[in-house]
Amino acid sequence: MRASDRRRAEGPEAPSTGGVNRPRPTRQLLEALPWLAAVGAYFAFPEYLPLLSGIAIAALFALSLDLIVGYAGVVTLGHAAFFGLGAYTAGLLAQQGWGEPISGLLAAGAAAALLGLLTAPLVLRAGELAGLMVTLGLSLMLYEAANKAAFVTGGADGLQGVEVWPLLGAFRFDLFGRTAYLYSLAVLFLLFVLARLLVASPFGLSLRGIRGNARRAAALGVPVKARLSAAYAIAAGYAGIAGALLAQTTQFVSLDALSFQRSAEGLLMLVLGGLGSLHGALLGAAAFTVAHHALSEASPQFWQFWLGIALVALALAGRGGIMGLLRRLGRGRG
Amino acid sequence: MSALSTHGLTRRFGGFVAVDGVDFTLAEGARHALIGPNGAGKTTFVNLLSGALPASGGTLSLFGEDITALPQHQRVRRGLARTFQVNQLFPELTPLEAVTMALAEREGAGATWWRPLRGMGPLREEAVQLLDTLRFDAADRGRLTSGLPYGRQRLLEIALALALRPRVLLLDEPAAGVPPAESREVMQAIAALPADVAVLLIEHDMDLVFRFAQRITVLAQGAVLAEGTPEEIARDPRVREAYLGEPAHG
Repeated sequence: MRASDRRRAEGPEAPSTGGVNRPRPTRQLLEALPWLAAVGAYFAFPEYLPLLSGIAIAALFALSLDLIVGYAGVVTLGHAAFFGLGAYTAGLLAQQGWGEPISGLLAAGAAAALLGLLTAPLVLRAGELAGLMVTLGLSLMLYEAANKAAFVTGGADGLQGVEVWPLLGAFRFDLFGRTAYLYSLAVLFLLFVLARLLVASPFGLSLRGIRGNARRAAALGVPVKARLSAAYAIAAGYAGIAGALLAQTTQFVSLDALSFQRSAEGLLMLVLGGLGSLHGALLGAAAFTVAHHALSEASPQFWQFWLGIALVALALAGRGGIMGLLRRLGRGRG
Repeated sequence: MSALSTHGLTRRFGGFVAVDGVDFTLAEGARHALIGPNGAGKTTFVNLLSGALPASGGTLSLFGEDITALPQHQRVRRGLARTFQVNQLFPELTPLEAVTMALAEREGAGATWWRPLRGMGPLREEAVQLLDTLRFDAADRGRLTSGLPYGRQRLLEIALALALRPRVLLLDEPAAGVPPAESREVMQAIAALPADVAVLLIEHDMDLVFRFAQRITVLAQGAVLAEGTPEEIARDPRVREAYLGEPAHG
């Protein structure tokens, strides 16, 4: 769970030791690597484009969780509430005749961020465990509400008849998922860049300060609750956009979007990739989705068992998830 | 005008009255010490002043302004800073990052999300300079706080408070637990505090108290037992009875 080495290297004054502090060009290349791979995958695996879109969406959801859990230190078990709200917002807009994807995405993000802002006081007011229960309770309520309101949401049958217009008026969402993947990837990239800016800013530093010692942060003049509420709303907006991407690219919304399973899987991805490092969220989402796919093909009934083993092994052997592992490898070599 | 004053300041925990109707005044630029036996309510009093705890009764004002209802961060913005008896630091931040955070908050830039810290040169320069005056070299500045020796961590406590450029500074046992070899640095840092800052020192170490303070308030069982110059306090029979009679480090 310690991403501190990387943080140190990215801090205002990087020490001159450690393998993380490579010459700049190498570092930039490493940063570009996941994105080059993502674009390369478009050409290399045309038959897997829906899976790749799924990875991009999962990565955005994990990124959202990373902002609130990994950086701000607010733990949540109900993040699917925002994902689902975004999915239904975008889905319903398109079903009701407004299928323009980008405005749908923004509306979904805004709706989720608003819900985040409204519920933040409830989550932050209680202690850590009680706050966790509040997040869980809110997401369960939203799930059941969506289930009950079948006349709007389609209930357990899912939201049908979602018709999304061509992207930018030019690119239709084709059957092979080409547009869907490139669209998801572009949104993920833009929001990743924004997240990087956030965590490197004074705002991001104050979040890390609050996570490390909220009491002292307050004594330094940090308005702790306001800062955390803002972070919670931003993360909620990210999750809402991820949900909207799923609704628009699959032209369907099911109750799964709001499920506890989704909240839990998001956390698993994050822990797998490495908490508190944005690249960890990307890697974790990719590894989890690919493993899910491969394992469930190999043993449809049993795949969670193998996932469990992988998680236990990672938790015991490699703190910091995949990112921690990579960092240690890098240092060993340097 | 007084820098900080309280009237009937009270804090109850259930049936227990930890701070009991305290009237207290800290003059501008004061060097004032607050002493008292263990359990006298000194730290609770500091928590009430800083806003870490809400008062159960009474009022307090900062440079004439009633701040009784203000949350902690608002009091900080008005120039009231404190250090902690038990280190309250950021283990996973470097001293440079922690000080920079305090500076950003002081400058009202704490919520800035659209600019990377790296582009904010003046903040960084000021942080380096401040840490420099407390003799943090480049290696100390860039290390994780959790890896710093204890004496350095105590100095960082003070550095964080100084970064806020306070008008009133509450020092809660700044030298507590510091090995003698390093405690001189803490003493020097305290001696070098700007003269216009009003300082309230809560301390067990009587040597330090009598060297530092121009005025001393004695707290016992949550109430003010005596107040005066160091000489007056040293002579006061009530103080001897309640406090100086027992071992100074008790």
